[in-house]
Amino acid sequence: MYPADFRYSKDHEWVQVSGATGTIGITDYAQHSLGDVVFVELPKVGTRVKAGDTLGTVESVKAVSEVFSPVSGEVAEVNTELSTAPEKINQDPHKSAWLVKIKLADASEASKLMDAKAYTEYVAEKEKEQTA
Amino acid sequence: MYAAISEEASQIFVSTPAKDELRKTSLNAKHRSMSAKMVDFGGWDMPVEYTGILAEHEAVRTRVGLFDVSHMGEIEIRGPRALDLVQRVTCNDAAKLAVGQAHYSGLMTAKGTFVDDLLVHKFSDTHYFLCVNASNQDKDYVHIAEHNKFGAEVENAGGRYAQIAIQGPRTLELLQRFTGVALEAIKYYWFTRGEVDAVHCIIARTGYTGEDGFEIYFAPEFAEKIWDHLMDSGQDLGVMACGLGARNTLRLEAGMSLYGHEIDDTTTPWEANLAWICKVDKGEFLGREALVKQKAAGVTRTLAGFEMESKLIARDGYAVLQGERAIGSVTSGGPAPFLKKNIGFAYVPPAVNKLGTKIGVAVRAQTAAAKIVSVPFYKRAK
Repeated sequence: MYPADFRYSKDHEWVQVSGATGTIGITDYAQHSLGDVVFVELPKVGTRVKAGDTLGTVESVKAVSEVFSPVSGEVAEVNTELSTAPEKINQDPHKSAWLVKIKLADASEASKLMDAKAYTEYVAEKEKEQTA
Repeated sequence: MYAAISEEASQIFVSTPAKDELRKTSLNAKHRSMSAKMVDFGGWDMPVEYTGILAEHEAVRTRVGLFDVSHMGEIEIRGPRALDLVQRVTCNDAAKLAVGQAHYSGLMTAKGTFVDDLLVHKFSDTHYFLCVNASNQDKDYVHIAEHNKFGAEVENAGGRYAQIAIQGPRTLELLQRFTGVALEAIKYYWFTRGEVDAVHCIIARTGYTGEDGFEIYFAPEFAEKIWDHLMDSGQDLGVMACGLGARNTLRLEAGMSLYGHEIDDTTTPWEANLAWICKVDKGEFLGREALVKQKAAGVTRTLAGFEMESKLIARDGYAVLQGERAIGSVTSGGPAPFLKKNIGFAYVPPAVNKLGTKIGVAVRAQTAAAKIVSVPFYKRAK
C-alpha cells in the first residue's frame, strides 16, 4: 500500500526524495479520511518553505485541510492538473496526484520522517483507535 | 494535513469511535458492516458516507437513496387540547392541518427565535406527531412540557421509532414493491399509516433533499429487515445507502435550513426567510409579540443564498464582505455537487440581499467574489 521508497509525516504527507528533489503528496489514508476531493490550492513556484509550513490546501466536499510541507526547500514545480481534476487525489494519491516538487534544502532531512513500515503501523494504530 | 481551518469541517470528517456514551440507532451495526465512515453527530454515532458524498448525492438526484434518520426525535402530543399546545409553542398554524397532513414549523422561544425546526403531523384532532432534530429532542421535550398549560400528554417518543428516508425520483417505484398502500395518492406533505414490508409504519411524503421521496417511521426492531430488503430490491434501480454528508449537500442545494446553522435561538422566522411558516394572525403563541414587533420595526439582517464566482469554496463561519467591510458570515457553505457550483447561505443586511448583488467571502488570505442568487439553488423538475 505505502511505497517503500517514500517517507511519511505524522500529518499524512509523503515525500519521495530523488537526488536534490523531493516530490510531495498526501497519503492514501489522508485521501480516504477526507473523502471526495473537490479543490486543491497549491503554492507558487519559487515559494520557500520550511518543514512544517503550510504548503497548500486540499478540500473535500465536507472538509478543509491544510497540507504541511514535510521537508524544507523551494517549490520547483506544482501539479497543475489537480486544479481541473482534484479527484485524482482520491484515485491515485501516491503517484499521478503528487502535489509539488521541492528543491530540497537538505537532502538528509527526509530521513527523520517515518519509513513505510513505521507509517503503516502508525496508520493501523489510528484505524484501531477509530473502530475501537 | 488535518489542521482543519473550519472547526465544523474537521468535526465531520474525523471518524470517531463508537464510544459508549454515543447514542446509536438500530442500524448502527449495519452501517459498520457496510464500512460507513462514522461520526459523532450531536451525540449520535452516525454514518457520514458509505461510497462517497458525491456518488450518494448523485444517486438521490437521479435515482434513489436510503438514509437512516432514526436519530431524529419524535414527540407525541395527545389529549382534547393537544392542538392548543401545538399552537402555543409553534409558529405555523396547526389548526389548518387536516388529519393525515403535515407541515414544516418552528418551535419558538418567547423572543420569537427558534428552539428548533420541526415537522408537525396531525394524526387526529387529539393527537399530533412532531419530528424534531436529533440533538434538540430532549431540549424540545422539556420546552414543550414547560408550556403545557393545557393538560395534554407530551411523550418524548424517540426511542419508539426508527426512521428511514427514501429519496429520489425512483423512490415511489422502490417503496411500492413493499406496500399495498397506493403511494401515488399520498400528496406532498401528507402521510398515511400502513404496512411496509409487513411492518406497521407511518408513511409520509416528506424529505430533506429537494427530491420526491418518503420518510417512514416504525418500531426499531424492524429497521435492519426493512433496510436490507429496500437495499436488495433497489439494486435494479441503482439504490445507494446515503450518509449525513450527502444529506447535508442535498438540503443545502435545495435551499433548506439546518438548525444550528441558518436558524437557532438567536434567529427569527422573518430573518430566516421563513415568513411562510410564521402565522402571527393565528392567535396567541410563544414569541408572537416579539415577532409582531420585529415585523413592524423591520429586520436588520436576512438570510441570503449566494454562489461563488470562482473555484473557491465558502465554508461555515467564513466572513462575508462588502468591499472591505464585514457584513455577515456564512451559515452553511460548500459545493453543490449536482449544480457543479459552490454555494452558501449567509445573513446580510436587507439592502445587500438582492439578486445579483456582489459580495465577497473571506477564504483564507483571499477575498473570493460571490453574488446573491435566488433560493432554492436547485429545484427539481415536476
